[in-house]
Amino acid sequence: MLKARTLLLMLTIIGLNLPMIVIADEANKEVTNQEIQALQAVKLLHVRGLAASCAACHGTGGNSIKNDNTNNIASLAGMNATDFIAKMQGFKSGERAATVMQHHAKGLNSQEIIDLAEYFSAQTLRIAVPLVSQTLLDHHAN
Amino acid sequence: MPINRRDFIKLASTGLAGASLLGTGLPALARGTRPPIGRVVVIGGGYAGATAAKYLRMWSLGAIEVVVVEANQQFVSCPLSNLVLGGSKTINDLTFGYDMLKMQHGIQWVQDTVTGIDAAAKKVTMLRGELSYDRLIIAPGVDFIYDELPMLQSATAQSQIPHAWKAGWQTVNLRKQLEAMPDGRVFVMSIPKAPYRCPPGPYERAAQVAYYFKNNKPKSKVIVLDANAEIISKKGLFTKVFSEMYAGIIDYRPNSAVIDVDVATRTVKTEFESVTADVLNVIPPQRAGKPAQMVKLAHQKAGLNNIDARWCEVDFLSYESKLASHVHVIGDAVSAALPKSAHMASNQAKICANAIVQLMAGLAPEPAPVFANTCYSYVTDKSAMHVANVYRYDAAKKIMLSAEGGGVSAKPSEQEGEYAVAWAQNIWADTLT
Repeated sequence: MLKARTLLLMLTIIGLNLPMIVIADEANKEVTNQEIQALQAVKLLHVRGLAASCAACHGTGGNSIKNDNTNNIASLAGMNATDFIAKMQGFKSGERAATVMQHHAKGLNSQEIIDLAEYFSAQTLRIAVPLVSQTLLDHHAN
Repeated sequence: MPINRRDFIKLASTGLAGASLLGTGLPALARGTRPPIGRVVVIGGGYAGATAAKYLRMWSLGAIEVVVVEANQQFVSCPLSNLVLGGSKTINDLTFGYDMLKMQHGIQWVQDTVTGIDAAAKKVTMLRGELSYDRLIIAPGVDFIYDELPMLQSATAQSQIPHAWKAGWQTVNLRKQLEAMPDGRVFVMSIPKAPYRCPPGPYERAAQVAYYFKNNKPKSKVIVLDANAEIISKKGLFTKVFSEMYAGIIDYRPNSAVIDVDVATRTVKTEFESVTADVLNVIPPQRAGKPAQMVKLAHQKAGLNNIDARWCEVDFLSYESKLASHVHVIGDAVSAALPKSAHMASNQAKICANAIVQLMAGLAPEPAPVFANTCYSYVTDKSAMHVANVYRYDAAKKIMLSAEGGGVSAKPSEQEGEYAVAWAQNIWADTLT
């Protein structure tokens, strides 16, 4: 049996958007195994870690920066799950032309593609702008 | 946030006092309403450390207190820094502050240099104070090894012969030397034996300098002395770039480890020859950065760099050191037989953060992590090419293994050059906001 505080942490881990109010009196209340098992945290941990890897190119939570170039990288946040799966399967089979995405799609299994589609479709699309750079300070080492 | 319940932290002496502690960017309910479940100290604010700090705060919804210790005030990107040598970027295009990262995620920040780590006492000592931790993440980057080339260790020698392998003033220095060099002269660069930070980076550097020469000093030459037996990354692509795009400019020499340097005359010696340069860039061999070397361990020699006395052995589910419990190592310092790239450092940071959130709740880390690496190299000011791969945890071998389907560009292109810009902008934002 887990304490409610631990359960709360598990909920945050799997990304469920539950009300974040922890009432002190309830923090030590025990919850049932069924409630915990229903969470299936492992699968969601896996997809969260994998989706975070996409962020290097596609932005945090799939929110990619728009710049003035012709070739921007697509935002994945809020993308329709069916579209996502069709695109990734297209990259994987080679039917859909790409520069780099075939190298990623071929490394993922079908379940991971479905899980990523669900994950990104649930993210809210936000406007992402390039970071503003600075003048390098004299005292910077190296 | 009740940070001062801690015994060891010395707020006044470490500069931690004040509003920066309040985590102003967090959702109101995630801060202040419950005590933190523990403190993670992150040493290093590069791609690995900054990312780990952010994702720990994000994924714990503020339940984990995070303190970053970083010596520099600014972040300077190594990716794209070869373009400074080629002349299409300046160092100021690649320099960023940490303010958004700190504010948006309620990360505490100490600008200081780590002087000691006691894994048994769970304590980090800095020049101006000390910090206790429940878990420690060391993201130290690389440290240069000067055992074989002691004449290059001093700041004076490095102003003459910069490594420019950590983006910053040495990058600027090397660019200035190239600009000042008259046409018809020779740039010599040396590449250490792998593994080192950024496998394709030296070859990209050769191409960038050749690009600058081709357009500005067409009678000048680039001599590449590679300690490796062949080009170790994007070999087919770089071979073609060297022999076609930069024919007559780049002279690539494999099996050419530098064994001696005369600093005053910029002359390098290999087993086979002596080469005098007008501008010289020696990239020294590397090992895990200093903080990883100074971890005090009971009954053992200090240091987590147990693999070849250079790199740190970790558990790939959590990036916890094999030598010290509750101490995690991420980024270039890790012994992983994987490319030491910014994207890999970012991946390791996220898997580590995912695991620490679990571990601090008394739960097991995710058992089968998967992540991807994408790495672009520019061969002109606009044209780039990639290598990309998915990596998957192998439960039997307990390592990350390359999945099927990875590969490189068919050829360099301006289209991929634009994707490389977008890659950089997105990973900067992912790391620093």
